[in-house]
Amino acid sequence: MTYPVELKYVKSHEWVREDGDVVYIGITDYAQDALGDLVFVNLPEVGDEVTAGEAFADVESVKAVSDVFSPVTGVVLEINEELLDAPEQINQDPYGAWFIKVGQVQEHEDYLSAAEYEEHAQAEAEA
Amino acid sequence: MGSYVISTKQEQQELLKEAGFASFEDLFAHQIPPEVRCGELNLPEGLSELEALEQMQELAGRNRVFRSIFRGAGAYDHYIPAIVKSVTSKEEFVTAYTPYQAEISQGVLQSIFEYQTMICELTGMDVSNASVYDGATAAAEGVAMCRDRRRTRILVSACVKPETLKVIRTYCFGNDLALEIVPEKDGRTDQEALQEMLGADTACFYAEEPNYYGIVEEYQTLGELAHRAGAKYVLGCNPIALGLLATPAEYGADVAVGEGQPLGLPLAFGGPYLGFMAATKDMMRKLPGRIVGETTDHEGRRAFVLTLQAREQHIRREKASSNICSNQALCAMTAAVYLAALGTKGLSDAAVLCTSKAHYLQKELEGIGYPLRYEAPFFHEFVTRTPVAASRVLSALEERGILGGLPLGEKEILWCTTEKNTKRQMDEVVEVLKEVAKA
Amino acid sequence: MKLIFERGKAGRALSILPPLDVPECLPDVPGRKTVPHLPEVSENELSRHYTELAKQTYGVNDGFYPLGSCTMKYNPKVNEEAAALPGFAQIHPLQPEHTVQGALEALHTVEQELCEITGMDAMTFQPAAGAHGEFTGLLTIKAYLKSRGEEHRKKIIVPDSAHGTNPASAVMAGFTIVNIPSGADGCVDLESLRNAVGEDTAGLMLTNPNTLGLFDRNILEITRIVHEAGGLCYYDGANLNAVMGLARPGDMGFDVIHLNLHKTFSTPHGGGGPGSGPVGCKAFLREFLPGIRVNCKDGVFHMEHPERTLGSVKAFYGNFLVVVKALTYVLMLGREGIPEASSNAVLNANYMMRKLEDLYDMPYPDACMHEFVMSLERQKHENGVTAMDVAKSLQDYGIHPPTMYFPLIVHEALMVEPTETESKETLDAAIQAFREIFAHAAENPAEAAASPKTTPIGRPDEVQAARKPVLRYSWPD
Repeated sequence: MTYPVELKYVKSHEWVREDGDVVYIGITDYAQDALGDLVFVNLPEVGDEVTAGEAFADVESVKAVSDVFSPVTGVVLEINEELLDAPEQINQDPYGAWFIKVGQVQEHEDYLSAAEYEEHAQAEAEA
Repeated sequence: MGSYVISTKQEQQELLKEAGFASFEDLFAHQIPPEVRCGELNLPEGLSELEALEQMQELAGRNRVFRSIFRGAGAYDHYIPAIVKSVTSKEEFVTAYTPYQAEISQGVLQSIFEYQTMICELTGMDVSNASVYDGATAAAEGVAMCRDRRRTRILVSACVKPETLKVIRTYCFGNDLALEIVPEKDGRTDQEALQEMLGADTACFYAEEPNYYGIVEEYQTLGELAHRAGAKYVLGCNPIALGLLATPAEYGADVAVGEGQPLGLPLAFGGPYLGFMAATKDMMRKLPGRIVGETTDHEGRRAFVLTLQAREQHIRREKASSNICSNQALCAMTAAVYLAALGTKGLSDAAVLCTSKAHYLQKELEGIGYPLRYEAPFFHEFVTRTPVAASRVLSALEERGILGGLPLGEKEILWCTTEKNTKRQMDEVVEVLKEVAKA
Repeated sequence: MKLIFERGKAGRALSILPPLDVPECLPDVPGRKTVPHLPEVSENELSRHYTELAKQTYGVNDGFYPLGSCTMKYNPKVNEEAAALPGFAQIHPLQPEHTVQGALEALHTVEQELCEITGMDAMTFQPAAGAHGEFTGLLTIKAYLKSRGEEHRKKIIVPDSAHGTNPASAVMAGFTIVNIPSGADGCVDLESLRNAVGEDTAGLMLTNPNTLGLFDRNILEITRIVHEAGGLCYYDGANLNAVMGLARPGDMGFDVIHLNLHKTFSTPHGGGGPGSGPVGCKAFLREFLPGIRVNCKDGVFHMEHPERTLGSVKAFYGNFLVVVKALTYVLMLGREGIPEASSNAVLNANYMMRKLEDLYDMPYPDACMHEFVMSLERQKHENGVTAMDVAKSLQDYGIHPPTMYFPLIVHEALMVEPTETESKETLDAAIQAFREIFAHAAENPAEAAASPKTTPIGRPDEVQAARKPVLRYSWPD
């Protein structure tokens, strides 16, 4: 499992990459591993509002579907359409496979550092 | 008393003992509280197979089987090839469950995959599901899959089959979708009214090819109107008519649905029938119900499985867009065998037979004072006015063992012909009607 | 094996249709531009194709099918013969009433008998399947609440052990879901239920016995709590095969139920359908039922539409021929045979459970009703053997696997429902198979994970199927 230090994390297993006044959001290595082979992702539409702590997308494996929660409140500027045809990118490169790009960010969940998140993920794995 | 319990009374005692119970009473006392135990059921005594079948034969005998049928309106009397019944009565197919266990269900899975392919070929659409309960529920599911957050209003042509409209209305009552009926004009959807009713909140428009009155409408224009307003276009179609007529895909439909009963299923007093559903690739993940896909096993052998299951209720639970979890597998197989038996040419021949006979009967009826109600092109159903009360006409036909058209009030009759109606039968209808006029 | 499209040759055909005996006359409308690609085969090829498919299909007729919650009992052949009678199979749904008196009487009789078995007052046969019945039953509740001006009652309470269809059906009917956890005993936790009910409660959906095969002993208290809060009680009839002639949902306090004629009443499943999911209700809900009601006056049967009907959930009167099969079954079993069937279904399940409990973990170890749930969770941790591995291994013994990974509240669950139509020999052979698999899997987990070995295909790649969906055959260019 890797957790790049330049990213921020939230307890619901999403990562955030800040880039000027926009952020990119995806799911962590731990999350993709726990979910198994992903077969589809349902993404919001450009222009949709997302709210910190609420689901904005879901990911499907063969036998399960899981919500993906937004770490921030803001407006969807762009979605990663490549994931619609190639959801396996999320398994192969979880930190490259961003889901959405969000602007007009108003607030965010409490962020964890890479080290803090790794501890959280490990604790959850052992629970 | 009839019984399918295998264990003899003595074996039952042995099983009870092995399971640690003194008696059945002991077994139930452990579990069912006495206050909800029921006494002896007020049912007749059980019967032997011979007696039960006799009783069923007696009931069946009190239904009239007409030797010739000119009634459609959603249920069509087509010839069913012998091979269809032979295949679909194979016990493996009849007694299997939904093919969850792919390794021992390749037969059913492959048959559904073949069915899906045939439905795509028939409708011209990209993807088909494994079928739903019937044509009416297919239409209701078809319109429901078009809604989104911004679009929650459903428009349905007044010219669709009443049974279908009732079911769409009921599903909309459930889903809290607004349903509006686009009025009829000369037996067809009023295009001007449609244009006015379409709006930014319209999820879809639903029409039927041919419509309830048998009329083939201007589906290209209807579809263009719907799409111009950003609404989806759902077209219900008769599968036999698709042997000849332009397909829903050619008309620009986003979703094609229909009643598959004409494809080898008996009239059966209304069921079981078969609802087929197909859609464009863009709508694939909104299709409800089972879908079979092709893959490989670990040795690279071709394999079929139920797929895209994360759409469905057993995984998505309250977030699923439909609760359907079965298909009409045996009916879908019936349709597939029927289509394979007819083949491309046979299906086209069937369509030509149906519509040619309808046109013959229509001209003959016109000749004796039963004019067409609507001047419009029709497939194998049409409405005539009747110079005598419809009930009198139909009674006279009934006396001769003929089920006439469906009365639409006392002044109009909706007639239907299929490849089963011979020229002689149709001439007989005309003779009977002439006699009624004289009487 | 070959697809039907890979058989035959251009120009091959069956001789089905007669020549046209009137002048050809086609409507002046757009014709289809694309020719549909359908098989071009002879009857012999077609027949053999499906015979081959049948050989790769496992039905109840092939062997033991203990698929939990699905009641895969033997499907009597006389049912099929009755349904094939021309007087049933060849009548048009829109024939005049006086020409279908036998069909109407059949519907009337089966309604009376199934109401007696379930303790209900009226029943509609329009729903085509269990999930369809749930939807219909919930719409009945919705129509009733609307008639009383209680549209604010929006919440349906569902225990976490429920079938996935329950919440999905409730949402389709416009309700929202309140999930309540089960108690440690696997049954409804009364405290959670009391906390969940209120002014906004529309009703409760419950299966009893529940999906763990346990009869909820507090059932009268449960339905009382819901009724006192102003809600209605819905009985999911998936497990009715456990209680026929022993206890009636109507006496337990349920207001609406659905049945699965293709489970409890021996009509075959047909590889997924057609089924039939009639909905029964107490008298006060009768006027809201969908479709027609059959009444009898002076020996003549009439179709009537209930006064405040919620509409129609399916065209015409439902899957009529399936109802005919169920009627044949009920006529044969009668007063004594109906309870005998349930009693033996419960007995067979208890027998199997007792013979396996020393090896397999039973999370609810007391007696069960018609099915029981085992868990492979411990084995998964200890040696990596999963419920899936046991299930797949059973296929190599010629046995259909039990329901896997359900209910959700038991991890690595296998749910076994033997039904009453299996012999002690069959149960013993299955017990033996389960025991051998357990032992082998513990010794050699990798081998269990590679099962099945003797089936036409091995485990399919479901990830590939879902990622890159191939949902139809494409002809080579």
